[in-house]
Amino acid sequence: MYLKELSLFNFKNYSEAFFEFSEKANFFGGNNGIGKTNLLDAIYYTSFCKSFFNPIDSQNIQSEKDFFMLKGLYLKDGEESIVHCSIKRNQKKLFKLNKKTYERLAEHIGKFPLVMVSPADVLLILEGSETRRKFLDGIIAQSNKNYLDNLLNYNRALAQRNVLLKQMAASGRCDKESVFLWNEQLVKFGNPIYEARCEFIRDFIPIFRSYYSQISDINETVSLVYESMLLENNFTELLENAYSRDRAATHTTCGIHKDDMTFFINDFPVKKFASQGQQKTYLLSLRLAQAQYITEKLKMKPIILLDDIYDKLDDERLARLIAILVNDSFGQLFITDTHPQRIPQVFEKLQIPVKINILQASEV
Amino acid sequence: MNNIKEGCMKPKLLNFESESTEIYPVEKFPSKTLEKAVEVFSSLPGVGKKTALRYVLHLLKEDAGTIENFSEVLQNLSNNIQHCKNCFNISDNPVCEVCSNPKREQEVICIVQDIRDVLAIESTMQYKGVYHVLGGLISPIDSVGPNDIKINELIHRLQTSRINEVIMALSTTMEGDTTNFYLFKKIKDFPVKITTLARGVAFGDELEYTDEITLARSITNRVPYENTLAR
Repeated sequence: MYLKELSLFNFKNYSEAFFEFSEKANFFGGNNGIGKTNLLDAIYYTSFCKSFFNPIDSQNIQSEKDFFMLKGLYLKDGEESIVHCSIKRNQKKLFKLNKKTYERLAEHIGKFPLVMVSPADVLLILEGSETRRKFLDGIIAQSNKNYLDNLLNYNRALAQRNVLLKQMAASGRCDKESVFLWNEQLVKFGNPIYEARCEFIRDFIPIFRSYYSQISDINETVSLVYESMLLENNFTELLENAYSRDRAATHTTCGIHKDDMTFFINDFPVKKFASQGQQKTYLLSLRLAQAQYITEKLKMKPIILLDDIYDKLDDERLARLIAILVNDSFGQLFITDTHPQRIPQVFEKLQIPVKINILQASEV
Repeated sequence: MNNIKEGCMKPKLLNFESESTEIYPVEKFPSKTLEKAVEVFSSLPGVGKKTALRYVLHLLKEDAGTIENFSEVLQNLSNNIQHCKNCFNISDNPVCEVCSNPKREQEVICIVQDIRDVLAIESTMQYKGVYHVLGGLISPIDSVGPNDIKINELIHRLQTSRINEVIMALSTTMEGDTTNFYLFKKIKDFPVKITTLARGVAFGDELEYTDEITLARSITNRVPYENTLAR
């Protein structure tokens, strides 16, 4: 599966543009602000029906225009598929596959899988646990249809229970029976989520480790530890024991919504002790492992977008990274860099063909 | 600047929609009485200010008798409607038509959320028992707890009358499920059979278009073929 052509109309800084891509590696060079990342974001749109950067669709329309339109031509097993996305201000997002409009955008997710590697990935290390849970959920939901439903139901029950705890605090009455009623629902939907996460981490770690050692080429042991209160406790008992604490806190203090992951290099937490280059390598390995995991689950190689890849990575690691990416286990590749020659030279050294596009102001 | 201009254009756009009546921008009414009427209509669910104005202007075009009839019906609604003292269905009498019908099986109670569910089940003409209308589902987000719906009244019915079977027919949402579970805990020690609606592939549906959760459940809870034959 690969993206053959893409047309953009009024998307961010592009008024009108058309691109044709190579089936394997594509490089985009050009100065700051020319639209390299925006082009990657447009590709991301055709896969995930939304922007990687800005969740508000209308803010991706070029200023003072009323709508934007994207049209991507994918080739999958020799068959052409046209993905069409148009967003008008104050109107519902319109997403079509081969001229047929989607009723639910969720149906589209996973048809043209994609993994974005961006400098913003560092937030996975720096931000709170929610970012890491989203990373987990995003990958698991692609290959486990029940997972997302369980998660939505869990969050609904959690919201109900938290409102109840707040109402109890406000009115001063105590209604243990009602609170425990919601425990049942949390356990019913929470346990399968916990099991899916455990299983995922188990499958994911070996893939992740192998990529880290391939890129870094030094002997560092990396690990990724799943932290959940459910690891050592029965969820029902946890909730029962936490009742008085929950009442005092007026929210649910235990459950899979508190799960987290800690990243380690040589048994030291990445957040505190790793250098920027180590962090970058760690994150790259996470993303490559994600791509590999999706490939195995969906039997399809995802498109890889590498934004501003030279940021913080030395030449050797970059060369090893590119050598890994162009081998057969990865799909189509899009790379951006401000420097027009650096990346093409790496490809030249490795004797790998790459389609070079230098973006100029006139194209945008 | 552009935005301000667009705002001023609005009344003209409204004008374009109506053919015969002059429509004023909804913020500025030429009469207080009109404004009050629009306010009352827009308090109805699903009715916004513009639709309310349309209703009011339509009523104004009708003759006086129609409006009088209209208000009389509304008055009656508030004066004469009662809730059945058994099942809390809406009724003209203290006991509703279903509960007072000697042909209905008084020993079987079907628990539903509201009157719309009664109408839906009645229109199937398959159910011979009586109902119990809860009037809501347990949902703290909507400020509804177990005591805000008719659960204690149901327990009272079970204590005071001879009931053989309770059918739980609530929606399959998170809140419906939770309410079912609460009810079950409350009534499981009574000597009654507790059942719930079958969930599965809809009649006339093609399997390939059935959603995965329903289909998975239908496979797990499959039934003997004899049960599907007409009885």
